[in-house]
Amino acid sequence: MNMALNNTDRPNSYIGRSVTRPNALRLLAGKGRYVTDIKLPRMLHAAFLRSPYAHAEIKSIDTTEAAALKGVHLVATGEDLAKLCKPWVGTLDHFRGMKSAPQLPLAVGKVVWAGQAMVAVVAETRAIAEDALGLIQVEMSELPPVVDIDQAREPDSTRIYPELGDNVAFKLTVESGDVKAAFAKADGELEETFFTGRHTAVTMEPRAIIADYNASEEALTVYHATQTPYQFQDLFSRLYGIRESRVRVIAPDIGGSFGMKLHVYNEDMSVVGLSMLCGRPVKYVADRLESFVSDIHARDHRIKTQVAYDASGAILGVKVDDVTAIGAFSTAPRTSVVEGNQVVRLIGAPYRFRDYRADLSVVFQNKVQTSQYRAVGHPIACLVTESLIDRVGQKLGIDPFEMRRRNIVTSDMYPYTSPAGYKFERLSHEACLDGLYKLMDYPRLREEQKALREKGIHRGIGIAMFVEITNPSPAFYGVGGARISSQDGAIVKITPAGEVQCLISVGEHGQGTETIIGQIVAEHLGVDRELVRVITGDTDVTPQGGANWACRGAGIGGETALQAAKKLKQNVLSVAAAILQSAPGELDLINGQIVNRSDRVERIPLSEVARISYYRSDTLPPGTNPQLTAAHHYSPQGYPFAFTNGVQACHVEVDAETGFTKILDLWVVEDCGRIINPMLVEEQIRGGVVQGLGAAFFEECRYNESGQLENGSLADYLVPMACEMPDIKIAHVETPTQDTELGAKGCGEAGTAASSAAAMNAVNDALAPLGASVSQIPMTPQRLLKALGRG
Amino acid sequence: MTERVPVSMTVNGEDVQRFVEPRTTLGDFLRVEMELTGTHLGCEMGVCGACLVLLNGKPIHSCLMLAVAAEGETIETVEGLAESKAIADIQQAFHNRNALQCGFCTPGMLVTAHEILKSEHPLTREEIRDELSGNYCRCTGYEAIVDAIEQVFVARAAGREVEASGQFAETAA
Ligand code: FES
Ligand code: FES
Repeated sequence: MNMALNNTDRPNSYIGRSVTRPNALRLLAGKGRYVTDIKLPRMLHAAFLRSPYAHAEIKSIDTTEAAALKGVHLVATGEDLAKLCKPWVGTLDHFRGMKSAPQLPLAVGKVVWAGQAMVAVVAETRAIAEDALGLIQVEMSELPPVVDIDQAREPDSTRIYPELGDNVAFKLTVESGDVKAAFAKADGELEETFFTGRHTAVTMEPRAIIADYNASEEALTVYHATQTPYQFQDLFSRLYGIRESRVRVIAPDIGGSFGMKLHVYNEDMSVVGLSMLCGRPVKYVADRLESFVSDIHARDHRIKTQVAYDASGAILGVKVDDVTAIGAFSTAPRTSVVEGNQVVRLIGAPYRFRDYRADLSVVFQNKVQTSQYRAVGHPIACLVTESLIDRVGQKLGIDPFEMRRRNIVTSDMYPYTSPAGYKFERLSHEACLDGLYKLMDYPRLREEQKALREKGIHRGIGIAMFVEITNPSPAFYGVGGARISSQDGAIVKITPAGEVQCLISVGEHGQGTETIIGQIVAEHLGVDRELVRVITGDTDVTPQGGANWACRGAGIGGETALQAAKKLKQNVLSVAAAILQSAPGELDLINGQIVNRSDRVERIPLSEVARISYYRSDTLPPGTNPQLTAAHHYSPQGYPFAFTNGVQACHVEVDAETGFTKILDLWVVEDCGRIINPMLVEEQIRGGVVQGLGAAFFEECRYNESGQLENGSLADYLVPMACEMPDIKIAHVETPTQDTELGAKGCGEAGTAASSAAAMNAVNDALAPLGASVSQIPMTPQRLLKALGRG
Repeated sequence: MTERVPVSMTVNGEDVQRFVEPRTTLGDFLRVEMELTGTHLGCEMGVCGACLVLLNGKPIHSCLMLAVAAEGETIETVEGLAESKAIADIQQAFHNRNALQCGFCTPGMLVTAHEILKSEHPLTREEIRDELSGNYCRCTGYEAIVDAIEQVFVARAAGREVEASGQFAETAA
């Protein structure tokens, strides 16, 4: 393992250490406080009547009987909420020509997916609200549903929104070099079509929200299971016309998010209006069945590819046609085209071929919206790229490691711009590949595989390289007009007892943000970690910032905390210097003591500096003005994104009789720059890998031809279980970014980015001697049997 | 709305009487009436294990049982197990190994771990994984949970407490 570069023997040296998470103790005692747990005085509960049809006109709604039920306070239709809430549109300017229809909290006039909320009931209890749903009469007339990506694009297809012209949300062509010439000079070419299944986040805590509108102050407080409280402060304010300074969004403990909890949802927007109409707090928690039909889905792509190569195995050029279906709307505020955009821009990213052309079509259909979910686009791009590399290698009889060594962007090529325009500061593909080769003992595995094949046991080894986008600058969303911040803010203060509080805009969802921020502040200020309390997730309390998306907590949030702590340290030293009649430059702060910089002799405790500053400022020399609070905002500068990289390997055994795959091992070598807490990085990787394995083998939202989700329950939609998952071995390479003093990049999505690809390559390696291969995930037993000609 | 009916049971050592709607599940009863929100609901159909509590010492899905069906029974939730220190070493091992991220599955995991650890002989990793298969976790990938349970098996076999790991680790509440 390539450990942190710090001198870990110095007092308060925490960066690079596997310290435990102070806030986990509360969760371990059953004392977490999730939105689902919160109860406010006089709180009411909302439930939603949902469309049974994928596409239908709403002829009439009769709510009389429901409204008359004892315990019901309000029944609201789409028209009722449309009077309060402005429509929103999920488009951004930098995706030229993209379109999407305006959305409202509840359906008005027609419904466009099965499960879309049509009517809201607010009652004393959730059970009563649900009783009342059964009393609402809705007359509907069905329209032909658009479900298929090709059918959706036909000239005579039903238009989901006739006013948009057609069912195509966005088209993009990415072109670099001369792909025609590359194919013309190639020794060989092959083509393959890949399918990735629509799947969804399945956070263990479903979406949850409580809105509490206070008419006398014209103020709104929202307890929201969200990754991005500031983004929702802006949205609630603008869409409901409430002053931004009076909108408070509190994100307490959150039971999983994975990118799913940062989008605008109809129910969430409704609950704000319902609270305004009732004048009381209103709570809504999605039940699991509702989650399946209303949480965003992701990754519904068909990718046609062609690759040209020469006899040495060098990839010369790649052509891609990606069609992705996103549901009936593009999701606000980030849009549903980002995923496809990232797929076509990340294909081939670790490799050095220059001739590339990709066409992307983003298509509407009558299903729930897709949008950003952990590793947005990466798993698809990686699956396509890595499968192509293996397929070419197989044709030419070149080993997968050798294929990659011959094609990767090497360390002498940085800074490097990919054919699709991504700028890489410095990646470590060779070191990662070499590390993986040793970590998995590749030659031994190959020998074992050979021996077992002779006994009719089909094992496969698959590897997959990845790059991952982290630390996004405004180039991601801001430039497109999105009111989504790329900067973060931190306030660090010394309490009168000489302890420390850090209020910061990046949030905690179990990944360990509070812990790493505490490590950074303690180290850069010079105090014991136990004295640092980190506070997150409250727009009235924590400074403005982007919060949690696209792997930015450690890289951007961490740098913000580091700079704030340094600033505060200077302030502390200048007060101490005034007290000690010394100069700030002659002093240092170590372990909560002001010491001489030269000989580290202790002069005065930090607690004493704080006591004097807060309670006895009269004893300070005239003109001393203690500033024991420091604020700092930091936005990425330099490269638009800090790319990380790594490589994964998967080892499987396929049962050719049943089509079942057993995952035997999984290895990851990753480089996320400076590692702040190795244990937390590794747990992010493991959790991410398992989500990618879920996509590879189990997870798929299966729809029928009328646009109905057929497996929308946790009994029918399979997520990985403990008995199906392997132990995951991890090693690190550290290439800190030079753009920040901290040098950290993100690590939350790297696991998911490549594990599906490694798994597919492993399965195909196992199937190869049987003359079969798959190009679709999830790789269910039925699909494997079909590939084997037995289905 | 249906008439409320009386129900009494022992929850975390305390005798409680309440009036509930007959359709109220034990999970909702514990969370809403008793304000014991450590018990979580992830699926409400007996699949995910987030809602596990002990009924007369045995793990049950509180989402599948009606509160009235627990009449006269003894229930322990994660809060009770934590306060009585019955799972102190398991909590410590989970903390040391970071066997939780968002913590939503954790109460159910702790209840299952408590049950697994009653085994007279230490279970293998594979056996622990099998036993955990009724508990879904979306964050951790499970390995850290398996490690933590293994750590407790080892400590208990040696008659040791589970120590807080590392010089900066805190002790479990
Ligand atoms: S909530 Fe009871 S098993 Fe999921
Ligand atoms: S820790 Fe989040 S679901 Fe297990």
